[in-house]
Amino acid sequence: MSNLIERQTRLAFKRVKKKKSPFIYKAYSKKPKHLWLRKRKRKEAGFKRAGFIAILIASCFLFSLIFSIFSAGKTSLSEAQIKLPVALDQGALDNNSYRQMIQNSLLQLFPEAQSREDKRALFLMVSRKAPDVLKNFVEENPNLVGSAGYIWFPASSAVSVFYKQEFKEQSARGGNISPQQAAWITKLSAQDQMQLKFNTAFFTNGDSREAEQAGILVSTLGSFMTILVCVLMAFPLGVATAIYLEEFAKKNWITDFIEININNLAAVPSIIFGLLGLSIYLNFFGLPRSSSLVGGMVLALLILPVIVIATRNALQAVPPSIRYAAAALGATPTQIVFHHTFIYALPGIMTGVILSVARAFGETAPLLMIGMVAFVADVPKSFTDPATSLPVQVYLWANNPEMGFVEKTSAAIIVLLAFMILINLLAIYIRRRFEIKW
Amino acid sequence: MKAQEKELQRNEDAQMDMRMKIKDLNVFYGDKQALYNINLDIQSHKVTALIGASGCGKSTFIRCLNRMNDYVDGCKVSGKVKLDGFNIYKENTDTILLRQKIGMVFQKPNPFPKSIYENVIYGPKIHRLVKTKDEMDALVEKTLKRVGLWEEVSDRLSSPGTSLSGGQQQRLCIARAIATRPEVILMDEPCSALDPIATAKIEELITELAQKFTIVMVTHSMQQAQRVSDQTAFFHLGRIIESGTTEQIFSAPINEQTKDYISGKFG
Repeated sequence: MSNLIERQTRLAFKRVKKKKSPFIYKAYSKKPKHLWLRKRKRKEAGFKRAGFIAILIASCFLFSLIFSIFSAGKTSLSEAQIKLPVALDQGALDNNSYRQMIQNSLLQLFPEAQSREDKRALFLMVSRKAPDVLKNFVEENPNLVGSAGYIWFPASSAVSVFYKQEFKEQSARGGNISPQQAAWITKLSAQDQMQLKFNTAFFTNGDSREAEQAGILVSTLGSFMTILVCVLMAFPLGVATAIYLEEFAKKNWITDFIEININNLAAVPSIIFGLLGLSIYLNFFGLPRSSSLVGGMVLALLILPVIVIATRNALQAVPPSIRYAAAALGATPTQIVFHHTFIYALPGIMTGVILSVARAFGETAPLLMIGMVAFVADVPKSFTDPATSLPVQVYLWANNPEMGFVEKTSAAIIVLLAFMILINLLAIYIRRRFEIKW
Repeated sequence: MKAQEKELQRNEDAQMDMRMKIKDLNVFYGDKQALYNINLDIQSHKVTALIGASGCGKSTFIRCLNRMNDYVDGCKVSGKVKLDGFNIYKENTDTILLRQKIGMVFQKPNPFPKSIYENVIYGPKIHRLVKTKDEMDALVEKTLKRVGLWEEVSDRLSSPGTSLSGGQQQRLCIARAIATRPEVILMDEPCSALDPIATAKIEELITELAQKFTIVMVTHSMQQAQRVSDQTAFFHLGRIIESGTTEQIFSAPINEQTKDYISGKFG
């Protein structure tokens, strides 16, 4: 019996030696140490692998999102144009019948369009802005009156989309192009009477009923005006609140209560703030509806708790020894804050503020509540003028089923994302450049 | 009558060359008492060393001397701390002026993350001791020369104070403290975070500064207390067990506990 135990023990030792484990086999543990070690290593490797797979999946989602947005939005950078022969007849010009001239030109090109429906379809090939283009051309070149020639006119958005997508059948079916229009486009294209031109209208126009005329200028401006109001209101309020709570207020149940509330407010859904703005700013104070002023004030409410929290964290990161050093030199509490703690916390505060501004920039729901969802085609001249913002514009266009608006939506999202990336890069730069390491 | 008495006392103190007089000082952190009936005289232009085991109240005591305990939540102080005969715990005491007169150097070097120049000039600036740029430059140079930093940093006064080595940082903190022209300098274990060479430099500096300032320092090293100080007070569990000249304390301690401590039996 004892012989058997001895043999087993020797065997166990042998096994340990074979694996070259640095651990000595202990008689009281059920398994040799090296087995535990192997299990531990396996667990660690498994955890690493799980993390790697998680990152892989997350980046797949991210890339598919970016890919789908870019592939849908890239075409909106250009718009199709149609070259039409126009005779700049003095008489017609006097009658201001630019529309008539373009329609005549179209009919000359395609005499087969005789019925009412066919004519309508034909005339819808060019943008509604085409007469204005002709008018501008005449005003700029008065010496050409009386002559005839070819002029490029913007195509309508349906034609444009069809042309850009290289005459794909599904777009012809899904879009607003009839088979006859498709044939005309093919013919025009074959005769080199169609071209793609960089879409400046997208960056210089406001919203429009016509997709080919819709642009993001007004909504971008509105966004910036809103953010300006928002920062001007939230930054001083939030930072002052945080400084007072952190540096001056006595710690008692009131400050604890305030702190809990601020933390809770940061987690309140943004649409609630929209309702708050609606009932207070619009209904109680009677401020102008759908203006960037009110939008900014609502967003300020939204990011105020975030700024307070970020500022408090940044102030807490300044070590107390610095405060004591300043106090021991005879600095007053105000001097301690404004000569030292606030200054040293400023990079952190700025990072927090910029990130919350990025959040406000992409916020839609509270703006819907205060009426910034309105159709705005004119550039807002003051903070009380009706305005809209980029994410709201995306929301509006996304509701529009027309093919032209689908690509516009994606393009607006790309612009929105570009601004977001810029804002975040700014935050990273400030943190890297100015942050003080303690 | 009372005023006369006070005047008399003040004159007496002046004759005895007393800078600070601590009478019946009791300190509480919440319910916990940290110091019990401390009585100590601090002599002018002398180095007073406070020795004792960790947690015996030396740092609490030294923070009482310039009212830095005000910044500790729940700290209550009773008794009197007199600076030149004025009780600094009187209600109308201007702590700002007080801290200009009583400078402090901390355990860990804590220069501001500003330039070396700014570090030195900050105190004088907020107390309006200097006005013109020339005065500032002169003061910075004088102060840095006094702490022996001038040769090392004169060519990079605009680089941040935090870029210096530990010993240099501590000397910069001492420069910062003496730039406001204090009368008393409190040092809370100024060498505990430094290597022996930097420590030797600081000790030399303290001896030198004692000619101009009154210095109170907390130290863990009994050798340091012996080397640097003129007066020594031994703290144990919140009480002063023994105080007197350094020579007397280290060569002929009266109290048994003091004897045990300095001979290394405990602490």
